[in-house]
Amino acid sequence: MIRQWFKSGSPWIWMTGGAVSISLISVIGLLALIAWRGLGFFWASPVHEFHIQGSVEQHTVIGEIYDREVVPASRVRQSGVDLGDFQGEELTRYLIKTGNREYVELDFRWILETDIQSQSTPHNLAVFERSKNGNFYGYIEQVIENGQPVRGDKVEKLEELVERAVELNEQALDLQNGDIGHINYELERLRLKERAYELDNELTHERAAELEAQRQALRDQYKELEKTLFQLRDDAKRDQVVVKDMRGEMVTLPLYQVLDFWLPNDMGFFAKVGHYFGQLGKFIADDPREANTEGGVFPAIFGTVFMVMLMAVIVTPFGVVAAIYLHEYAAKNAVTKMIRIAVINLAGVPSIVYGVFGLGFFVYMLGGSIDQLFYPEASPSPVFGTPGVIWSALTLAILTLPVVIVSTEEGLSRIPSQVRQGSLALGATKAETLWRIVVPMASPAIMTGLILAVARAAGEVAPLMLVGVVKMAPTLPLDGNFPYVHLDRKFMHLGFHIYDVGFQSPNVEAARPLVYATAFLLVTVIIALNITAIGIRNHLREKFRALDN
Amino acid sequence: MTSNPQKLSFSTDRSRLFKDKIAQFSITSGGVMVLVALLLIFFYLLYVVQPIFESAHVQERSSFAVDQQEIVGLGLEEQTEIAYLLKRSGDVDFYNIQEQGFGAQIAELTTELPAAVSSFATSAPHLGLYAYGLDNGEVMIVKPSFQVSFPNNQRQLTPVLNYPLGSKPLTADEQGAAIKRFAFSKSEDKVVVVALTADKRVVFSAYVGEENFMTGEVEWVAEQTELDIDGRIDELLISPDGSRVFVRSANQIYIFDSRYADDVQLTQVLAANEENANIVSAQLLAGANSLMLANDNGEVSQWFEVNTEDGKEFKKIRAFETSKQKAINIHSEFYRRTFFTTGANGELGLYYTTSEAKLWQGKVAEGAIKNFAVAPRANAALILADNKVSVLEIENEHPEVTWSGLWQEVWYEGYPEPDYIWQSTSASDDFESKFSLVPISFGTLKAAMYAMLFAVPIALSAAIYTAYFMSSELRKVVKPTVEIMEALPTVILGFLAGLWLAPLIEENLPAIIALLVLLPIGILTTALAWTKLPEHIRHRIPEGAHSIILIPVVLFIGWLSFAMSGSIEAWLFGGNVRQYITNELGMTFDQRNSLVVGIAMGFAVIPTIFSIAEDAVFSVPKHLSNGSLALGATQWQTLVRVVLLTASPGIFSAIMMGLGRAVGETMIVLMATGNTPIMDWSIFQGMRTLAANIAVEMPESEVGSSHYRILFLAAFVLFIFTFVFNTLAEFVRQRLREKYSSL
Repeated sequence: MIRQWFKSGSPWIWMTGGAVSISLISVIGLLALIAWRGLGFFWASPVHEFHIQGSVEQHTVIGEIYDREVVPASRVRQSGVDLGDFQGEELTRYLIKTGNREYVELDFRWILETDIQSQSTPHNLAVFERSKNGNFYGYIEQVIENGQPVRGDKVEKLEELVERAVELNEQALDLQNGDIGHINYELERLRLKERAYELDNELTHERAAELEAQRQALRDQYKELEKTLFQLRDDAKRDQVVVKDMRGEMVTLPLYQVLDFWLPNDMGFFAKVGHYFGQLGKFIADDPREANTEGGVFPAIFGTVFMVMLMAVIVTPFGVVAAIYLHEYAAKNAVTKMIRIAVINLAGVPSIVYGVFGLGFFVYMLGGSIDQLFYPEASPSPVFGTPGVIWSALTLAILTLPVVIVSTEEGLSRIPSQVRQGSLALGATKAETLWRIVVPMASPAIMTGLILAVARAAGEVAPLMLVGVVKMAPTLPLDGNFPYVHLDRKFMHLGFHIYDVGFQSPNVEAARPLVYATAFLLVTVIIALNITAIGIRNHLREKFRALDN
Repeated sequence: MTSNPQKLSFSTDRSRLFKDKIAQFSITSGGVMVLVALLLIFFYLLYVVQPIFESAHVQERSSFAVDQQEIVGLGLEEQTEIAYLLKRSGDVDFYNIQEQGFGAQIAELTTELPAAVSSFATSAPHLGLYAYGLDNGEVMIVKPSFQVSFPNNQRQLTPVLNYPLGSKPLTADEQGAAIKRFAFSKSEDKVVVVALTADKRVVFSAYVGEENFMTGEVEWVAEQTELDIDGRIDELLISPDGSRVFVRSANQIYIFDSRYADDVQLTQVLAANEENANIVSAQLLAGANSLMLANDNGEVSQWFEVNTEDGKEFKKIRAFETSKQKAINIHSEFYRRTFFTTGANGELGLYYTTSEAKLWQGKVAEGAIKNFAVAPRANAALILADNKVSVLEIENEHPEVTWSGLWQEVWYEGYPEPDYIWQSTSASDDFESKFSLVPISFGTLKAAMYAMLFAVPIALSAAIYTAYFMSSELRKVVKPTVEIMEALPTVILGFLAGLWLAPLIEENLPAIIALLVLLPIGILTTALAWTKLPEHIRHRIPEGAHSIILIPVVLFIGWLSFAMSGSIEAWLFGGNVRQYITNELGMTFDQRNSLVVGIAMGFAVIPTIFSIAEDAVFSVPKHLSNGSLALGATQWQTLVRVVLLTASPGIFSAIMMGLGRAVGETMIVLMATGNTPIMDWSIFQGMRTLAANIAVEMPESEVGSSHYRILFLAAFVLFIFTFVFNTLAEFVRQRLREKYSSL
């Protein structure tokens, strides 16, 4: 009977069906995992206070439960831990994020279930988000405003003071990056100008004096601004908060280092939701801190978008023209066949090869020549002869060219030939037919190709590591300094950010949630782009099917 | 105007036609651009790679006449602008050797020597030291150097003589006998001299600098021992760090360990001559690990220390052929493993030891070459022959790379046997770079193989089911869902593999094994149970929904495997799988291993294979399968005998595309393996692939260096590899399409 059953082949059908289930589970599971880990990061999870006694001497641990795992008791015993009269086969251990990095040796620690004597989520436990040394956990004991302890509602007052300090810090930062950055940039331009005159042997005394005068003016301005800057910084340093930490000691935190604070154990559901979106907003809009392991990812988002847009501008005309050639003009000959093989191969060549090509050809050869021709004064430091956003965009443009070609060609092939013939019969030239009839009709397909290209480019990291991406770019490729768009600058990228923070940062454990959040952001963008592209394509197919009939 | 509409329309027609032509031309050139782009990549990679396979060139720049008898030493300034000649009298003459004003003497400086010169020696080339042995038992060390100044923005070099050990000579023999022959070297804080005196003693001296508290001057305090050696002594050599002394006595090489000046030990005596030949000269190679010996039959042999059963011993590694002549001298380069041979017949030979390459050989002088010096950057050399000094220009950028060296086993210095090694850089200058593409190519194939092992069964089964059995409504959902995974950035897969999957697998290894066993069993059991279900329940579920029924089953088995992991571990592997693997199976276990890469990269490849294979199976004409079913074949028989057979070229092309993607994938392997270039098929160890290797090393490699070009070669190899796979796949797919259209 079983034999008969096997002979019928039905078990094998089930097996192939199982493969589909496995694929589906893994795709959805993967996305769910990223979403869960990435989105959970912003939720204000409760802060626990543990009293610990067991194989260790009695102490208190305050922190968030970061992770938990079940381990066999035998393995714990093997590693030399005395479990006392614990009888079970397995036990849970918790990874606690205790923060307070400068006061305790480890800001993460494992505690065994058996060592916990009592566990509570007390009121008034505050989490401080700081610009240095990560989070701080503890009880607010005293708020000091301008050297005087505050009476009354401490939390409310603290909120106000933190807001003030954050505001002042922001002003200082704006000043530093805006006006002071501008002055430094201008000074550098003056230096290059002087050097250019020198190289051309045109540096006359008048010119030198003029340059010096300009420089002096800038320096004076700088001094003024510097004064304001120091004033702002001093102002921000005015207030402090005294916090009792898990060792029971009073720690004074200067408020200019505190970015935000909250009392997770006292928050209601809606407060938590509000907090959640606040944190999410900060993640998207803030600059990274502490070697990228904290803060937001704004420069990476900006860099990714900027590079991808630049790439789209480059790739679209070429891709569309090539597709039109292949579909409308190409004769059935060897050249066309070779071009088709080239398209297939461009799509299949590993991305790292594009990176190598981009580095050698664009950066060193093309960029090097540009520097020699147009920027002799900057030598020996390169301008375009070093990895930068323009070279990344160019490299990725070649990489995504086949995507645009294939998609556009598919769109062109769906346009019924009667439409073209009709136009030609009315006396239009081929170019006019293309321009007025065919291309507008194919425009959704072109759009699809472009979106798919953008999605591909946004997720590509390997070639960018060679041609322009950096872990920390001090300036964006777009700013208020002439010529406003700086194509030679290096940039940050979400994908590289994931690689860098997840694998190169000194404190991987602390950075991990941030990596998940970044990954989730990237995945969302890319999948949204892909779904849009698929949607447009399906819509197009339906439309032309209707036209055909 | 209105009176002549005909003409007007004619002119607009012309401009329209012209526009049409322009459009046609620009669109055609735009199309050809794609081809140009591919060719550009191909030829640019080739253009960068090509110089490493070029042979060396040697060309004479010019020469100037000198009195050959007087000259004992030669040297070149770093930019090869100035050459200097050291004379027996203690004079040092500096000559301009630039194209302009070639051969003009720039300066003549003199070293004051307290006694007559009885011998002369040079240090290892990178130290740039020369020394006179005097007949009162003293040794005077001098270093010709150059001061750079910029008067009027013009770079100017001024020759000077430096005395790194002070202007007083060192006493090499306390008994004051004349120094007949000697060798010396200087490391940071130590100077060593080994000297043969006129009364046939071999004296080893080590000097340590001591600063005089009163004057601040450094005094060199010597510790001396006499080496226990009799008979004729032909040559003395000393390693740059002073830790080893080589004494050649005819065909015997005595090797002394001289790390401790008060206890110089004879460690080995080599009878090192080739059969029926005698040794004529010896020299140490850069890095001082290798001893080069020239024989009078024209053979030059390389010896270095190798770990053997009796400890470290010098062994003959390989030999190089030069022309047969009565005297051959060997000269080593500053840092690289290149060596030169100069002969009595005026021939110059250029060799690289590691790659066993004879780079150049030719006649550069009429008579015997009396002296030779190579430039610091190894781009020029001086020879003294026929009473003139000639400047040779040498083009020898990439001697370390040969085709055979890249792909065959090479015996590197200090290794017990020839091996495939990739180790491109190190902290020291005189590092022997090890460029074997074999381990990283091996890693690439290993990663691709494990990925395919994981991906092919799942992707193909899923494709077959989706295309052939699944209902069309379900297919519309399933296909894009799987395909969306193709769009997932590989950096995310790599990050999950490295930071989530790798620790998970390490902790739950038994669960993974259990999954492999339980999944098929579970699916079959479900299938069997399904047949036992009452008909009316079975009929309620539509045909082609097996995969939906199986989802909870698979989830349950997954949960079960992980839940059982601990128990299995305790039951089968003594509570700790990792220890079991290391101790019982004797395998190394890396956390980021091939299993992790296989799974992660498998996921990256599944959608590629799935998508193409599904299309191939789906586009098999329906009348074929219907015919088969009508003849009484079961669904499965129809699938295996008709549909798969017809779609097989498409499936093949899908696998090729998948393989192409697995081979070139960078981020996943970069993040999910340890990136160690080892050659081992073990599933519990990592690997380093071509692509990851490029990503890791490219940003640090110096533009134009051999390393840079080899990385381009690696990219070129990847390019060709994927080109072949893709073209093959595309070709097969085209054929399939033609076949279907005729069916």
